[in-house]
Amino acid sequence: MEGQKRDTIIEVEGLTKKFGKITAVDDISFSVKRGEIFAFLGPNGAGKTTAISMLTTLIKPTSGKLLINGYDPVSEQDAARRSFGIVFQDPSLDHELTGYENMDIHGILYNMPKKERKERIETLLELVELWKRKDDQVKKYSGGMKRRLEIARGLMHLPQILFLDEPSLGLDPQTRNLLWDHIRELNHKENVTVFLTTHIMEEAERVADTVAVIDYGKIIDRGTPRELAERTGSSSLEEAFLSLTGKTIREEKAETMAQMMSSHMRRR
Amino acid sequence: MSVIYILWIRQLKRYFRSKTRIVGALGQPMLFLVALGYGLGPVFERAGEGDYVQFLVPGIISMSILFTSMFNGIEIIWDRQFGFLKETLVAPVSRVRIMLGRTLGGATVAILQGMMILGIALLIGFRFESLSGLPVALLFMILIATLFTALGTAIASLLEDMHGFQLIMNFLVMPLFFLSGALFPIQNLPPALGMVVQFNPLSYGVDGLRGALLGTYDIGFWTNFTVLALCMVVLVIIGAYLFSKIEV
Repeated sequence: MEGQKRDTIIEVEGLTKKFGKITAVDDISFSVKRGEIFAFLGPNGAGKTTAISMLTTLIKPTSGKLLINGYDPVSEQDAARRSFGIVFQDPSLDHELTGYENMDIHGILYNMPKKERKERIETLLELVELWKRKDDQVKKYSGGMKRRLEIARGLMHLPQILFLDEPSLGLDPQTRNLLWDHIRELNHKENVTVFLTTHIMEEAERVADTVAVIDYGKIIDRGTPRELAERTGSSSLEEAFLSLTGKTIREEKAETMAQMMSSHMRRR
Repeated sequence: MSVIYILWIRQLKRYFRSKTRIVGALGQPMLFLVALGYGLGPVFERAGEGDYVQFLVPGIISMSILFTSMFNGIEIIWDRQFGFLKETLVAPVSRVRIMLGRTLGGATVAILQGMMILGIALLIGFRFESLSGLPVALLFMILIATLFTALGTAIASLLEDMHGFQLIMNFLVMPLFFLSGALFPIQNLPPALGMVVQFNPLSYGVDGLRGALLGTYDIGFWTNFTVLALCMVVLVIIGAYLFSKIEV
């Protein structure tokens, strides 16, 4: 277990993914330190999910080097898979099953013995405050409860890294705040490295130790939220759009949204 | 082994928990059975072919199994984007085991559905030839269900989104059903139609089921069994291969 001793838990070098002519992720390099909360910040379609899919073995990179907890996700797939838990952008719970059953299946998929599964499910469901609802079918949960259950499930097999792809998507501000508190608490209690993506600057700023700003498949800036804030608005328009004054991002977004809406209305 | 088992159990739990789905899936076959069975019954009898409801029941059971198992396979398309599938795809488990668990689960649900149709048919007057035919009927149900769940899985593994779904229904599932002998006897067909029926694996399932329940085969037990078993093995292998290549 050489991976255990390393300081950096994720190492990425020259990572590229092409879909036909489109380059979704373009020659990115970065590393994530063990125990930190690392955020990928960028607009929709910037390549965040594609990057996460490569890190989590769901798609194969076109080129570049990847190490997850010291393992190559392509050639040491299962060892890499055991190292992380993931909360996908789209829901991935079985809604007909109960919260407990969803957790238990996860444990079986990760080859955990029965006794360990039982204890771990109780610990985690208590932690995300779902233990009382464990025997309800997931379809009866609220959006925030589902997200919490997915996070608990991602942590079930004691992973070293937890990937969260846009975890606050579709949640109201109250639930979102609670969620981030949970994530920080888990980061401490479980001593797990958290790798998350978001397109909301404030979130990255609030929760992350390190932020990498990504757009058009490239990392255009990185550092602590404070470092990034100090460099704000330094060069091109594009960078200003993405850089750290969340206000610009929102206005741009609102504008495009309004344009889309009006063109949609006209068509109708 | 426990991974296959838990994925199998999962599908059974899902099935029994959604009562609306059970009722919904029984509705269509019952409509076919009642409308066609009693509607065409007199004509069928005048043509000297005997009791049409008796003839039709094995065909409708096959139809129900075909639809349910294809659907359970094709379900992967939306499961991969909005469902549980991704959770299994990042787990440190071989894709083949996941595919087998899913396929066996989907097939079992389809078999249960088929047995329910048989149960209802018995209530409205269907009579099978002998008790010893029942295990044979079950054997054919297993073959049909596994074959078509694997086919659905294979197709779903190739499709990116749901746009292809209507295409599959109209150009694959419906022809498989209508051109199988589920609704009409397959002797003395026009040559072209007879040819198509011959290349349809469901024809062998329908004949197998009909033979098992009514006592007389048109094609013959061993031919039915061999064709179905071979198709099933080939499709499970193809399905497992394509499933293992899915990228999300």
